[in-house]
Amino acid sequence: MPIIKVENLVKRYGNLAAVDGISFEVKEGTIFGFLGPNGAGKTTTINVLCTLISATSGKAFINDHDCLKEPSAVRKSIGIVFQDSTLDKDLTAYENLVFHAYLYGVKKSEIKGRVHDALNFVELYDRRDDLVKKYSGGMKRRLEVARGLIHRPRVLFLDEPTLGLDPQSRANLWGVITEMPKKHNVTIFMTTHYMEEAEVCDKIAIIDNGKIIAEGSPDELKKIIGGDVISLKTRDNKWSQQEIKKLFDIDAENKEGELYLTSNRGDACIPELIRGLGDKVLSVKLQRPTINDVFLKLTGKAIREEDASGMSNIKEEVRAYRRRH
Amino acid sequence: MEFNAIYVLVAREFKKFVRERSRLVSALARPLIWLFLVGAGMSRLVSPAGGMSYTQFIFPGILGMTILFSSIFSSISIIWDKEFGFFKEILAAPVSRLSIVIGKGLSGTVVSTIQAAIVLLLFPVLGLKLGLLQIIAVLIIAIAVSFCISTFGILLATFYESYESFSVIMNFIVMPMFFLSGAMYPVKLLPKPLAVATKLNPLTYGVDAFKNVIFPVEEGPMSADFSLATDMTVILFLSFAFVVIAARLFERKK
Repeated sequence: MPIIKVENLVKRYGNLAAVDGISFEVKEGTIFGFLGPNGAGKTTTINVLCTLISATSGKAFINDHDCLKEPSAVRKSIGIVFQDSTLDKDLTAYENLVFHAYLYGVKKSEIKGRVHDALNFVELYDRRDDLVKKYSGGMKRRLEVARGLIHRPRVLFLDEPTLGLDPQSRANLWGVITEMPKKHNVTIFMTTHYMEEAEVCDKIAIIDNGKIIAEGSPDELKKIIGGDVISLKTRDNKWSQQEIKKLFDIDAENKEGELYLTSNRGDACIPELIRGLGDKVLSVKLQRPTINDVFLKLTGKAIREEDASGMSNIKEEVRAYRRRH
Repeated sequence: MEFNAIYVLVAREFKKFVRERSRLVSALARPLIWLFLVGAGMSRLVSPAGGMSYTQFIFPGILGMTILFSSIFSSISIIWDKEFGFFKEILAAPVSRLSIVIGKGLSGTVVSTIQAAIVLLLFPVLGLKLGLLQIIAVLIIAIAVSFCISTFGILLATFYESYESFSVIMNFIVMPMFFLSGAMYPVKLLPKPLAVATKLNPLTYGVDAFKNVIFPVEEGPMSADFSLATDMTVILFLSFAFVVIAARLFERKK
């Protein structure tokens, strides 16, 4: 039984289909990565799943509750960390969490314990009585993650959780996120630009122009590239090419004096290569494809923050639509 | 309705109110300035009618003004919350829109009633005599008026997204509401168009209710314009209408 189930979901703003008929499922206890360039429909999808906006058509279920018909039940099952901070900066960290606990109807006798645990989990307990406006960006994000867990949600949505953080805060937050499924029995649904973060997801869906164009585990997706790339330098390229053909039935390409071959199991291939070619081998390099390579191959563009112009266009259109209606 | 959510919304407002001393000080300075600088000056110009000085006459209006400013200020803090993102935390919670509106409305009610009660303490200084029952009645009316104006403020806040609109609201809504409330001059003496505008203003009935209680036996131009029953009926009806409309407007975006 998947914890999140989406069927043919469509969200239109006038003529613009921000989400254009997507379907996917997320297994309980996993980290699901939603990848795509800016304006691809990631945040719109999250907003529909979190019952913040309605859908044009299609179905979406979280924890067996209908996102379009039972907003209250869905909201109790989820926690959300938005892209922009939604903390009250004039309250302390502690007060922010207590506020959240009351808002979500946590039993009064349990509030204190849960808030303490959550603050400890993200290592902010010592700073609990500081006003949030004194917090750094990384601390705020960690506090929001802690807040999202207070009401024990089944699914935690993280919209670009590490965006705009310095490398150290990113690593720190990332440690917290990857610990969560086991420690808090929660499924993570996250969007991200950062490819190294996507690598850690159990499953990834790549979205572009409102459509899912690929889905699978990071390893499965990398097979789209056709496997690992091995490059080697030899004393005798011609002879080596013939040997490789004999050994693996693969044509090795000769590019600028180096031989390139692709293999599904590059790591297992290397010992055989060396055995076969013997002392003719000068050096061997194994390159594993990255999610970025996959993304590049599928969409023809790398994920970048700079393509903001595309994003602002779509945001503008959405805003104009809301003004008209 | 989620009472836990209503409670915590009020608790948040109260905590901030207590924490921000400067807000309280400036909120209390305004009525003092009007009473003792404007009121005392005008007393020289306006001859007392029915044995009442002008400063005494505007006292109910100043109570109304205190409530008007603090209730609107409390409610349109929603615009700040929208701008800084915190409102999303509230809107994403499993809480009905009705509870959010009532919670915010009661937040404004609590801080406004406290301020009105502090201003009310000035009555002996102005030479007014109020019995215990009158004081209790004024406080009850203050609660009702505060809730009415707070919910009106919430309604306003649903139309604005950024805090730049704050000065627009202050100049084009709050100040006219104050001057057209019968606070500074009796409604019955106003020229027709202004009298009509005054009758459409929710604050008018709040100020009039205070006049009814504070000057119970007064007759003549400075007396209350409507009956206390009319005032309270209008205030309660409007509060109800504002809550229902605001809750509807907070429904999900398209």
